[in-house]
Amino acid sequence: MSNTLPLTPDDVATIVAILDGSAYDRLEVNTGRFILKVVREGAGWTQEWDWTASAVVTGAAILGVEAVEAEQDPRSLIRAPLPGIFYRAPAPGAPPFVEIGDRVAPDSVIGIIETMKLMNPVHAGMTGVVEAFLVDNSAMVANGEGLIVVVEDVVEEGG
Amino acid sequence: MIRRLFIANRGEIALRIIRTARRMGIVTILGASEADRQSLPAHLADEVVIVGPSPSSRSYLSIEAVIAAARAAGADAIHPGYGFLSENAAFARAAAEAGIVFVGPDVASLEAMGDKLMARRVAIDAGLPVVPGGEAATRQEARSRVAEVGYPVLLKAVSGGGGRGMKRVDREADLDASIDMAMSEAQAAFGDARIYVERFIGRGRHVEVQILGDGATAIHLGTRDCSIQRRFQKLVEEAPAPGIPDSQHQALLDAAVRLARHLAYRGAGTVEFLVDADSFDFYFLEMNARIQVEHPVTEAVTGVDLIEQQLLIADGQPLGLDQAAATPRGHAIEVRINAEDWRADFRPSAGRVSRAAWPAGEHIRVDTHIASGGEVPPFYDSLLGKLIVSGASRAEAVARLSAALAQLRIEGVSTTTELHRLIAADPRFVRGGVDTRFFEGLAHG
Repeated sequence: MSNTLPLTPDDVATIVAILDGSAYDRLEVNTGRFILKVVREGAGWTQEWDWTASAVVTGAAILGVEAVEAEQDPRSLIRAPLPGIFYRAPAPGAPPFVEIGDRVAPDSVIGIIETMKLMNPVHAGMTGVVEAFLVDNSAMVANGEGLIVVVEDVVEEGG
Repeated sequence: MIRRLFIANRGEIALRIIRTARRMGIVTILGASEADRQSLPAHLADEVVIVGPSPSSRSYLSIEAVIAAARAAGADAIHPGYGFLSENAAFARAAAEAGIVFVGPDVASLEAMGDKLMARRVAIDAGLPVVPGGEAATRQEARSRVAEVGYPVLLKAVSGGGGRGMKRVDREADLDASIDMAMSEAQAAFGDARIYVERFIGRGRHVEVQILGDGATAIHLGTRDCSIQRRFQKLVEEAPAPGIPDSQHQALLDAAVRLARHLAYRGAGTVEFLVDADSFDFYFLEMNARIQVEHPVTEAVTGVDLIEQQLLIADGQPLGLDQAAATPRGHAIEVRINAEDWRADFRPSAGRVSRAAWPAGEHIRVDTHIASGGEVPPFYDSLLGKLIVSGASRAEAVARLSAALAQLRIEGVSTTTELHRLIAADPRFVRGGVDTRFFEGLAHG
């Protein structure tokens, strides 16, 4: 159950139209709730949806919240939103997006993941301080793999 | 205003209703059976209530269970989809008694169209042509009906539906045995031995008209041709019906609107006709007082969201469309992708769909609840999804259908995909305007 429907059929048609005008043959979107693969097949395109991760992910997320509450552990993981190659900097030789000790906000970009020649920014999704990196620059990461440990700010109740 | 809509259905139509309701800002509550707890509609509805165990007799077909679930969920309206309780007058009445709006026509319309004989009488009152024929309760009555109607005749159960127990009789010598058999089959299947005797139309086409009414007025949204059937189950539908002379086509549309106005019909409905493929004479068959499986082809050529229209009309609003606004443009074709082994007499094929790669892109619409990893429970019908293609012309739509079917990949269960590839490549289909015997003549490759 969710409050938002995923892409409408019109959205999918728009994605196909964009891809059709490009050199790309394949796009994979993995949101944790669903995986959508749009693939060029001969003269046309197919859409393949997979929702099987949805129930599992929901279960894991609930367990995660319970574990944190039980231990009062303020540390959280920023996870890879999709599989690919993880880069800490926007370009070779450029300064990293974040270093240990930096403060991040939900919108902060902490790295990028290259998937099928597309660069996808990774957002922190939380507020806190970077404590450790779990993967090296230009390492291959799996979907959902932990990338960075963040000590989250304690949110005061009743605010 | 409808704020909380209970969906008393499953599968692709449940998902279809969720999409439109969501766009309209209506909260959706899915009434699911145990078997459908993990279905895609259950994932995507705002709320889910389990209406009962997996067998539909104890869940989707149980008026008591569905109404109780809708009440408990605080629903202010129920959309019944198609099949199940969608044309059940007792269900509509029970909803009204529970203070819940039934998204469908008035109980009077459901009752008038729910019984074939009454529907025929009402159609005659409204001035529609009907196939010559009549009811018979005994062999003697059946014989005198045949004498009035003339050979060949079709015998069918008065209480039947879905093509069960239909018999064609071509000559006097076979008549008595056929009548006896039809009556005993009708008694066994429906507990009602009465049969209906009608003229058999040799080359008939199944053409239907989509109508919308608000009780005060009614309009049509064009024709659909559903002649490609096997054992009276539709396989392919298209809009508009091809190759019918303009004057006859207009007469069909006018007849459907006349019936809707005669009934002061409220909601979406479909008036079905048998059209003689040679003379284009047409006869009223029945009216379906609900949304149809094949409604997307009409949506594709008119741009009208029929589910939205149903919800607006159920809400008591006057029809916001006039006839000119609903004029069809171009052509659309739908094929039903069923989980069936069509080479083994269409044996249902339940199980887990390991992969579902549906066609995508402009002029392609896919209505399905089946994604990769999706389950096809053994309890319900075999519809996996519907592939709808459209084009400026029928030729363009047919070409797109072939291309889209070439891309469709469903693995893990048997499907009718390959059958549809054969149909799309059949010269008779490419030419258009086939009759209901098309399937018998299909080259089975």
